[in-house]
Amino acid sequence: MSHAEEASKPIRPETHERTGRKRDFHPPVPFTQDPVNHARAAAQFLAHREHATFADERLWDVRTRRDREMRTIPEWEELRSLASSIKEHTLTHLDQYLEEFEAAVARNGAHLHWARDAEEHNRIVAGILRDHGARMLVKSKSMLTEECRMAGFLGERGISVVETDLGERIQQLDDEPPSHIVMPAVHKMRDDVANVFARTLGTDPSDDDPKHLAAAQRRATRQLFLDADAGMTGGNFMVAETGAVVVCTNEGNADLSANVPKLHIASVGIEKMVPRVEHLGVFIRMLSRSGVGAPITQYTSHFRAPRAGAEMHIVLVDNGRSERLGMPDFWKALKCIRCAACLNTCPVYRRGGGLSYGATYAGPIGIVLNPSYDRHKYRNLPFACTLNGSCANVCPVKIDLHGLVYKWRQVLRHEGEMDAMKLALMRAAGVVLGNPTLYRVAIAAGGGAIAVLPRVALHAKLNAWARGREMPSAPWETFHEWYRRRHKRR
Amino acid sequence: MSARDEILARIRANRPAAVPCPDVPTFERDQGDLTVPFRMALETMGGIWATIEADDLAQWVRAAFPDARVILSAVPDVKGTRALPDPDDPIACADVDVGIVRARFGVAETGSVWLSEAELGVNALGYLSQHLIVLLDPTRIVPNLHHAFRDPAWQEARYGVLHTGPSATADIEGVLIHGAQGIRSLTVIPLAPRAEATGLGAAARSDPRPSPPSAESTDRPARNQGVRRRER
Repeated sequence: MSHAEEASKPIRPETHERTGRKRDFHPPVPFTQDPVNHARAAAQFLAHREHATFADERLWDVRTRRDREMRTIPEWEELRSLASSIKEHTLTHLDQYLEEFEAAVARNGAHLHWARDAEEHNRIVAGILRDHGARMLVKSKSMLTEECRMAGFLGERGISVVETDLGERIQQLDDEPPSHIVMPAVHKMRDDVANVFARTLGTDPSDDDPKHLAAAQRRATRQLFLDADAGMTGGNFMVAETGAVVVCTNEGNADLSANVPKLHIASVGIEKMVPRVEHLGVFIRMLSRSGVGAPITQYTSHFRAPRAGAEMHIVLVDNGRSERLGMPDFWKALKCIRCAACLNTCPVYRRGGGLSYGATYAGPIGIVLNPSYDRHKYRNLPFACTLNGSCANVCPVKIDLHGLVYKWRQVLRHEGEMDAMKLALMRAAGVVLGNPTLYRVAIAAGGGAIAVLPRVALHAKLNAWARGREMPSAPWETFHEWYRRRHKRR
Repeated sequence: MSARDEILARIRANRPAAVPCPDVPTFERDQGDLTVPFRMALETMGGIWATIEADDLAQWVRAAFPDARVILSAVPDVKGTRALPDPDDPIACADVDVGIVRARFGVAETGSVWLSEAELGVNALGYLSQHLIVLLDPTRIVPNLHHAFRDPAWQEARYGVLHTGPSATADIEGVLIHGAQGIRSLTVIPLAPRAEATGLGAAARSDPRPSPPSAESTDRPARNQGVRRRER
């Protein structure tokens, strides 16, 4: 068996001693920092040894499962090229496909709304709910509603929002944002969940069996599905041809949210469009295989028209996407299908944790997306990257992720958004490394290249990169000294 | 300018040079009897494959779910303990132990079965039930997802869904749990529709074709016209 976001083997043995942590595990969430200090938050996450090791192993296991699934599809690379081309085609004709979608939605008897930004999205959703006298909204996972900070907005207006995906519900009950696009609570261990549920759902704090914890949430959520006035889903895809919103989930919660209450609202970013239903084959074959190493999600749902006795509303959200379409190179990040493969493979994400990015989107795709919302706030993120390129290699829609990270560094430098210390260090390193004479003098003075580089580029007090890293030992003579010595001997 | 016009104008001003749309092949491969890969994929996804004789269906359901008190059937092949509720009454499925439906088609690549409002009777039956039994005509299995998404069924159904195994989660430490929020088990039974069943009075439920599109516009005229009503 191999599905959902299941681990290949238990990350920890089934029988283990409860660590009995008295305090909840809360890594720093630098959402309000400006600019976000990713390096410091990541270091604080790493200080929790057990959690840091667990997260790293868990995510790498998902990455290896992805590789295994990929190898079962001989045409994998062809699918990636097709997916990339279909998305580029759609994005370069997005106005036409949005109009085609709009016409189909009207034919289907559903309602379509357009939101320029997060605030307008939230107002539209609150308006629909108010018109229906809705007080409780059950919803499935949606990164877009996180991006729009919708739950807080509705909460202030007396509407209770219930996340129904297990991972997302854990995070909601713990008052923490999701740390991963598809596995929101991936950084938490079972005792953390036991603590959260004991506090909020009244479960036995000493019972941390994941089966019991999941059953407790199922029981608690079940009644809410039946009582809810409205249900909300996000959308993995929109199909221009049919006017449908396509949702891919494992828990059955999206289909419950949409099929039980009398009102279904789907919020979708405008870039999620594909032209025709047949194009879904390419994406669905890769989405879950790339993200969690499963052949498909348990449910692939095509919501085209309202069901009998119900209403369906679709809210199209721009929130910076149409601007991004005009950014050379960066527009291609709009191809993203939010599978999270780039997060799972990223050595920085796996070790630093998702919350340390201080943004809705973490990992490589987050580094690429976030600065386009706010250059200053996210100016440090493009440096939370080793440029190893693994993200681009696993991306099912072939976004040149590390290339775009590198481009962001250049853009931020030109826009004066580079950290002053980083800039000074790079300037100093650039001067020394760019001038052979100066370089040799520095080496001679310092007794070796390593001796001079560290002071400029690796000084632990100045450079976050150097913290936690050991210096390699310097060779006792440089190449030039060796060459001169050999030459003299002749 | 309305939000719609502003967004479309910005897209037109910003859209990069046109990229052509590629043709998508169906990646045909000779797989022989498609029930074999279908079954393997279904079991990988946590589903159950059960081969039985058509006449034994009712007995099999009883034996497989001895504690089931409420069984709802959306197929003429077997009767439930009470009638299927109206499509607009999902709450009536809240106490269902076992739901029985017939899939329009299956997908060998993933072990998925295709359902819509026509097959489910009431959509919530597929999710509020504790267990779901899906009858599948073994001659209606397509090789892969490319074939599946070319099926005209998607164009017609208000709600079309691929079910692949039971509802599942592994959100806590990667420990796999079946019965996340929806059904706890999914059993697929390869069974051709009974020839006489289609002629029975239960025609509305056994007819796999959804209502024609023309019915929709007469169905909800007020809402069709109100599409832009709440835009601001």
